[in-house]
Amino acid sequence: MAKVVAVIASTHHPFYYRASTSTGDDRPPFADEWVAKIERFRETLTRARPDVLVMVGSDHFHQLWLDNMPQFLVGKAPVYDANWYNEEREFGMPIFRVEGHEELSTHILRGGLDSGFDLAFSNELRIDHSVTCPIITLRPEADLPIVPVYTNIFAPPLPQPRRFVELGRMLRQLVESWPSDQRVAIIGTGHLSLELGGPRQFGPHGPDPEFDRKAVDWIASGDIDGCLAEVTLDSLHAPGNATHGFMDFMLMMGAAGDGVRADHVDSLDLFHTMEAYFTWYPEGEPA
Amino acid sequence: MSKYLLDKFLFTVDRDPDLVERYREDPSGTVAWWEETQANRILNCTDGEASTWQEFTEEEREALRTHDHVALFRMGAHPFLTLTLFIAMFERDNTEPLEYQKAYGAALAEFSLPYPDIAT
Repeated sequence: MAKVVAVIASTHHPFYYRASTSTGDDRPPFADEWVAKIERFRETLTRARPDVLVMVGSDHFHQLWLDNMPQFLVGKAPVYDANWYNEEREFGMPIFRVEGHEELSTHILRGGLDSGFDLAFSNELRIDHSVTCPIITLRPEADLPIVPVYTNIFAPPLPQPRRFVELGRMLRQLVESWPSDQRVAIIGTGHLSLELGGPRQFGPHGPDPEFDRKAVDWIASGDIDGCLAEVTLDSLHAPGNATHGFMDFMLMMGAAGDGVRADHVDSLDLFHTMEAYFTWYPEGEPA
Repeated sequence: MSKYLLDKFLFTVDRDPDLVERYREDPSGTVAWWEETQANRILNCTDGEASTWQEFTEEEREALRTHDHVALFRMGAHPFLTLTLFIAMFERDNTEPLEYQKAYGAALAEFSLPYPDIAT
């Protein structure tokens, strides 16, 4: 059977690409520290020697729209074009493409449908920065096939937080039941406290540092019960109006396992939002 | 009130570079043209199979015509869509980094939790 060689959870900050590639007066003062943290984070994936990446993110009203909105969707395509005009415009994101892994997509879709998740699918999906940011930070060569999984954290009504945890657990089980000798990393990105388009946006740090501190503790210690006891669809409005993206971190906690402490934990307090990076090695730390 | 139609306007304008410029330069004309010719388009269908019932209220029309992001927030337009499009139109006038983004947030200072509902 396939092996899950790494589970990785991260924020996805669309400004990283521009910050890390800028030079001279254009280079922000925090860029060098940010790049150093990302390079250490990247090494945690490289060491796991993955063959395939399952990548969890959330479309930001690019391809998925309110006339036809899935809650959980799995890409099943041979190729994914990456990034959109408005991401190039606002963030300077590069346009590129990655290979898909249709066999694993098929396995996840069939297995999900047979075990309680009525997953939607897409045979032609252009991925956005929720998936391309971790490609840029963790595997900039973009040379591994992917299976994108999109969640709706954006357009209410949203699924309950526990469903994100359950989907993470199921993805882990489905990869581990895939009859293959491939080494798979499950990578997902979300947010800590975040405000977009509201009065608390673009502050000197994230809108709710206290929530961020608790969230990092929940994730780092795999405290799914503690997290589910406090986090509801209503409660997530309080730390910032875009904080429902935290549910993708909860999905990754499900994939990592109850009570399993992360092997790599790092964070960076930036203007606007806090960055956070986590890696688990289900097979043990690579040599 | 049609939060969905407000969101549809913001969504379809934001993804089209020509429309972003047109909405910046001529908001009234763009809103009138859009409601007349685009509001009822179903986005992945042919024009012959359009909807027949979409229209703005006068309050919505006026908020869009006047680039009034505070009114759009009050009416429950999706904040991500509004922010993204308005940054595309107005960030270029910044004299320092994040100037527009900070002013945009400050203009919303009257709002406290719970914010207007964005469910469509």
